[in-house]
Amino acid sequence: MTQKTELTGTVPEAPLTVPSPVQQEDSRLKAFFQKGTPYWFVSPYIIIFGVFGIFPIFFMIFLSFHTWNPVAGLASMRFVGWENYTLSLTDPTLWHTLWNTVVIALLSGLSQHLVALPMAYLLVSLGHRARHWLTTAYFLPYVTSTVAVSMIFYIMYAPESGIINRALVTLANGQITGFLFGWINDLMPIRWLQENSLIRYSISFVVFWKYVGFNIVIYAAGLTTINKELYEAAKIDGASSWQRFRFVALPLLKPFIFFAVTLTIIGNMNLFDEPYVLTRGLQQAATNGMTISNYLYRIGWEWLDMGGAAAVSWILFVVIGIFTGIYFWLFGREGLGGND
Amino acid sequence: MFALLENTHYQRGISIAARTVLWAFLLLGVFLTIFPFLWGGLLATHSRTSMFSSAFVLSFSDQLFVNYEELLRIMPFWLGMFNSFKVALIGTAVSLFCCSLVGYGLAVYKFRGRTTLFTIMVCSMMMPPILTLIPYYMIVSTLGLRDTHLAVWLPFVINPIGIFLMRQYTVASVPKDLLEAARLDGASAFRTFWSIALPLLRPGLATLAIVQFVFLWNNFLQPLVILTSTEQMVITQLLRRVQGIPNTPWGAVMLGTTVSILPLIAIYMVASKQMISGLTSGAVK
Repeated sequence: MTQKTELTGTVPEAPLTVPSPVQQEDSRLKAFFQKGTPYWFVSPYIIIFGVFGIFPIFFMIFLSFHTWNPVAGLASMRFVGWENYTLSLTDPTLWHTLWNTVVIALLSGLSQHLVALPMAYLLVSLGHRARHWLTTAYFLPYVTSTVAVSMIFYIMYAPESGIINRALVTLANGQITGFLFGWINDLMPIRWLQENSLIRYSISFVVFWKYVGFNIVIYAAGLTTINKELYEAAKIDGASSWQRFRFVALPLLKPFIFFAVTLTIIGNMNLFDEPYVLTRGLQQAATNGMTISNYLYRIGWEWLDMGGAAAVSWILFVVIGIFTGIYFWLFGREGLGGND
Repeated sequence: MFALLENTHYQRGISIAARTVLWAFLLLGVFLTIFPFLWGGLLATHSRTSMFSSAFVLSFSDQLFVNYEELLRIMPFWLGMFNSFKVALIGTAVSLFCCSLVGYGLAVYKFRGRTTLFTIMVCSMMMPPILTLIPYYMIVSTLGLRDTHLAVWLPFVINPIGIFLMRQYTVASVPKDLLEAARLDGASAFRTFWSIALPLLRPGLATLAIVQFVFLWNNFLQPLVILTSTEQMVITQLLRRVQGIPNTPWGAVMLGTTVSILPLIAIYMVASKQMISGLTSGAVK
């Protein structure tokens, strides 16, 4: 109430706008606009999300029961019933690419979080300046283009001339290190990206390298929210450094871990760029290097079978849903409960 | 034994050793993070022969200009950079407008369907992008926007994280009294938003601009399916394509890759703090 009287008090000082007759005639229209104003504000979202978000979902359901060659135009669409689903579900390549996706997601995802957590803990224990500079360095890969860094890794992984193999050879032939690493010579040249048995690990490392800094930043931010006095109290009670990490920091970090892992699951299940570049556009070692997103691209845009691709995307959607569902069911209550 | 442990010299020795190990570990991490970028830059100065020779090269070579000419021969490099800039800049500008408009609307007005809209936004964040790729492609084809830059940035101008961010900023930094005063002075709803609220949202807009620019610059999947003619392609696409050339001139490719990363690294050098907080804002909030 007091606010209102104050506001009306300021009105006479403000320049008065005299309503013209035309404006008065339009008052009904104006009233409509005033009532509709909030909708005008959110209309960009409604329109664009409607076109690129809502409509696609329904269209995808429709499309997955049809065959459609996009090059031949919309007229080439033909109803086929469940055929796309039965074909996809009995397609061994689909299951294999799904398995690849899960393996790469687990390898890169687990290592990311297992490294990021202790790293963040170490960073927070350092001074402010050191922390700032180190975080800036670790975060850099996240900013840069996935395609560009994958291209650089593609060169670094080269069997004969790549820096990784050359470093390993140097290590194996070194006077001191040779004793420990001499056995590497027998494996040379290691064909990181050409060998089907290695490609998953090679891809996982690039994914790990690119996203570990992001998780470090999230965990460091989470750790700084923890009251320092808690550590002090634990220290006085005789808790070791490890115990302070395990029993003070870790439980309080739960909501952050939960969120970061959710992002990793969703991101990794959708992995496209890194395997696409590292398998040279799905040309080499694609048996084990192709993720389900890559396969979907191949079905839709290389084989021009959009209906089949639509069915695959629904299968992918259900799989991601199941994974996140299991994850939420296992950890959700704890992860979200830690919020308060 | 206990006497030894209580000896302060001994303890200090342990702590110095521990700190050395700790720093060695942290700096090794920095090295592994930065190395690929340096390596890419280094290889940009090498010719194909010196790169594949058995001698172990760890120094710069003198082939930079040869590689540059080679780069221009294998792809329209600067056109690709220009296209990437165009897509990222226009997309960012439009998304700043859209996200702040919607975020402001959600923060200031109470209206029917607001909660529903919120729920939809949260759900849409969970939706895997690959799921909508096919209908996206189809809609773009139907609208006749295939092979245009508009199609590449348009779907991303309503980033839900950006909308939430702008809503948050409006609640935090735009006083309701000010809006009320503007209304009583006869300013229209849009005018109030444009001249009163928007200037106050500047810090939020800067953060959002960084997020959007980085995303649009690095985006690969949507251009890959939409842009088909070489003149329209963005830089990430052009770089990926040269993998298919027989006897790829890797020195030239590494030069192109390094230069394509540089704009973002330059922004990162200046505004690393803002970039980090912006890109993790969805997670930390």
